[in-house]
Amino acid sequence: MGERLSRLHLRIDGEEVWAEAGWTVAALLERLGRSAARRSVLGERRAPLCGMGICFECRVTIDGERHRRGCQVLCREGMEVATDA
Amino acid sequence: MSAGEAGPLPDLLIVGGGIVGAAIAWEAVRAGLRVTVVESGPIGGGASAAGMGHLVVMDDSDAQFALTRYSLDCWMELRPLLPEDAEYDPCGTLWIAADEEEMGEVRRKQAYLVARGAAQAVEVLDPAQLREAEPALREGLAGALRVIDDAVVYTPCVVRWLLDEVVRLGGELRTGKVVELHPGGARLADGAWLSAGATVNAAGVWAPRLTPGIPVVPRKGHLAITDRYPGWVGHQLVELGYLKSAHGSTSDSVAFNVQPRRTGQLLIGSSRQFGVETPEVEGEMLGRMLRRAVEYMPGIGDLSVLRVWAGFRPATPDNLPLIGRWPAGEGEDGRAVWLATGHEGLGITTSLGTARLLVDQLLGRPCPIPVEPYWPTRSWHNGEGHG
Repeated sequence: MGERLSRLHLRIDGEEVWAEAGWTVAALLERLGRSAARRSVLGERRAPLCGMGICFECRVTIDGERHRRGCQVLCREGMEVATDA
Repeated sequence: MSAGEAGPLPDLLIVGGGIVGAAIAWEAVRAGLRVTVVESGPIGGGASAAGMGHLVVMDDSDAQFALTRYSLDCWMELRPLLPEDAEYDPCGTLWIAADEEEMGEVRRKQAYLVARGAAQAVEVLDPAQLREAEPALREGLAGALRVIDDAVVYTPCVVRWLLDEVVRLGGELRTGKVVELHPGGARLADGAWLSAGATVNAAGVWAPRLTPGIPVVPRKGHLAITDRYPGWVGHQLVELGYLKSAHGSTSDSVAFNVQPRRTGQLLIGSSRQFGVETPEVEGEMLGRMLRRAVEYMPGIGDLSVLRVWAGFRPATPDNLPLIGRWPAGEGEDGRAVWLATGHEGLGITTSLGTARLLVDQLLGRPCPIPVEPYWPTRSWHNGEGHG
């Protein structure tokens, strides 16, 4: 049950999901099998590459703020994440 | 003429493949002239690429108004032909007044434009209308003048399209560095000589190297571009303080100037510096420019900037371009070196009008607007100008 208590509840594109404390948003996307975080200016689906804040491919909207790097943001209780992928 | 040169001579040899040279080439080739454009670097790689691509009617002087207004008409005529990637966006300009003094300027500008037949194309916004139009602007602004016909383009793709059309219509585009320009042709750095019936110096800030003594100096500017924030800004936004304090002709200055791109990106400007010839981004000027933007749009500081850069505008003492025969470049046989440079920050707007005026003069056709104010032979005074 302790494991359950540490679960965080988030929404990704309106879907209710859970994460454990310490996971990044990009890690959560990966774990959920979502292969892409965003679309390029030409509409191509783009996915996290470096996982360390350099490539900017993991950009998502977090709590209404656009272009946050998912790999640099830890999941929080009640967080709203929006991808456009 | 070098031995072995093949094919007919071009009627017109244009130095410079920026928007001004490209527009002249397009105008000339459509008038039936044989045209060669010589560019030493990337197409549209100078001020054409460094600037914002704002198509704007300006009224610092009657001559500036005449050329920008006529050019806007040319742009609206060209628009249906342009490819999608030219990103023509008729977003209009909002000239923003911070206080009542600047509202006086809004009313003056409105009266000036209305008196010249633009009553349908301008609208004064009160503070509430301004906030409704652009909610990201700070509260407490006095109002704005909306100029409806003004627009935005992505200049590099316009230049590429113009030159593609020139080549499709039989013109020639060649890579080379011109080191000497004469009425009858040009010498390239590799020694080759290109003969022509007339030559045009449309080399922007580099023009004085080929036609020494012309009053064109580089005026440095910085820009920043953000990530995509669709809907954040709807018009090209320019502070009216741009006119009264920011852009005197001598000192360094910054002004709030934000442009929405079709992608949702925002271009943030602007800065002006004389006497700086190094192309590097300068932290202090960039900082001043961005702080000015935050003063007008507090939230803009939270947006993510992708890239910053600097470039040079070819400026003249009276803020009008040089369009016409170079007085020091008249050949005895009547051939001439022509000038089309010195457009400063208005070269994208006025490229199309410049092309028409230059080709009309070259062919002895009547010009659509009086051309004398832009002649390189005009008398010089130090204007307080902008653009």
